[in-house]
Amino acid sequence: MDVKVGVLALQGNVSEHIDAFVLALDRIGCGHSSSVVTVRHPADLEGCHALALPGGESTTISRLIDKNHLYEPIRNFSGGIFATCAGMVLIATHVDDARINTLNLIDMTVDRNAFGRQRESFEADISLSDIDGGPFHAIFIRAPVATHAGAGVTVLSRLDQGIVAVEQGKHMALSFHPELGGDTRLHERFLKIIGV
Amino acid sequence: MKLEELRFGTELLKRGFASMQKGGVIMDVVNAEQAKIAEEAGAVAVMSLERVPSDIRKMGGVARMADPQKVIEIIDAVSIPVMGKVRIGHFVEAQVLETLGVDMIDESEVLTPADEQYHIDKKLFKVPFVCGARDLGEALRRINEGAAMIRTKGEAGTGNVVEAVRHMRNIMGEIRMLKGMDKQEMTDYARDIEAPAELVIECAERGRLPVVNFSAGGIATPSDAAMMMQLGADGVFVGSGIFKSTNPELMAKAIVEAVNHFNEPEVIARVSRGLGDAMPGLDIHTLRDDEVLQTRGR
Repeated sequence: MDVKVGVLALQGNVSEHIDAFVLALDRIGCGHSSSVVTVRHPADLEGCHALALPGGESTTISRLIDKNHLYEPIRNFSGGIFATCAGMVLIATHVDDARINTLNLIDMTVDRNAFGRQRESFEADISLSDIDGGPFHAIFIRAPVATHAGAGVTVLSRLDQGIVAVEQGKHMALSFHPELGGDTRLHERFLKIIGV
Repeated sequence: MKLEELRFGTELLKRGFASMQKGGVIMDVVNAEQAKIAEEAGAVAVMSLERVPSDIRKMGGVARMADPQKVIEIIDAVSIPVMGKVRIGHFVEAQVLETLGVDMIDESEVLTPADEQYHIDKKLFKVPFVCGARDLGEALRRINEGAAMIRTKGEAGTGNVVEAVRHMRNIMGEIRMLKGMDKQEMTDYARDIEAPAELVIECAERGRLPVVNFSAGGIATPSDAAMMMQLGADGVFVGSGIFKSTNPELMAKAIVEAVNHFNEPEVIARVSRGLGDAMPGLDIHTLRDDEVLQTRGR
């Protein structure tokens, strides 16, 4: 199968997500039959099997999604969505900030900046259920958490402050940044879920 | 999870934070009301300071870190990251801003330098720093001291983009030049520009600076901002350009859109219409030597 992964490129950590997906596709042996592209307009989503929502400023990205007429196309996207940090805020059903127009794709309530400000940002080895290869070195930067997840949501990891990794159907949401650490196990798992 | 298993203030966290700002506009604000306008317009972060650069020029005297009360009011007013400026070398102003919870510190030539010999030892802090630079050597010296983000200096408070262009072209051009060099030539070049050889080699390998590089100092219109993006900036700082224009709300939104669509002239044309007057500009050649900010720190 020729795999096409889109990365929402409105603001934030875009090039790192592209690099991480290229690496993950290479590692599962799909390097030659795949492409990773940027998504800035609705037409860019055509033919994509997956879409990454990168980290950045969720209030800014939410506004730019609306401005670029991407809200409905992403909501109705037929592929899987890989959402990290700000992406996790956007993909939720409920967020503690009315200014964010959530995509309502994963049934959870998310608190922004749940650990505090940048000085409270941290790196830690966390355990992820159902993932081989030991703990995952996770980078949390002004990270959100889910305070509640619906019955249809699988929780992969939870810290004292709340839930930090979830799956629902073809979608995955993480409050940390797997694109920064070089560990692509979560990318590979996501690609498997969407049928690669 | 036990607290001792967490690691705070690492290089990866600092550079990662800077990376999240990419493609964004960071706006200078002097109070909570301006901070809200900036956030509403789509700024990725705000920079808190006592006075915008064009007012610093007019006032003269010593320009210092903002009043902590103002910084706290700004932090309380918005949910996006809040940055703050300190004087070059003034590590105690930096300690104060870190204590207040500022998300990134700008060791800035726009304020009056506190130390003409040394910059702040930025590796001692948990909070990341951004520093100004005019060329590759200066950028790499700051990165070597621990800066997690570079901004080309330009000439702040002038509303004149010419120096921002010069400095961005310097850095991008020098990196392009490195690609044609072998290791020996790079080491020699590193000596010439007074930068660590390993950082010069890293730039050559990556084809870019090892940290995010924003543009600053003179951006006054949506076209200015988009030009800096096309020249290779990862994002822009707008200082006086927003709140010294006749309609800050409109100007702020237009600059955010122009940065987002920096390669689409038709969008830039649309958002630039009917914005009112941009900030009044200054011809760089009319500045006296002691009025030039970019030569502070090297």
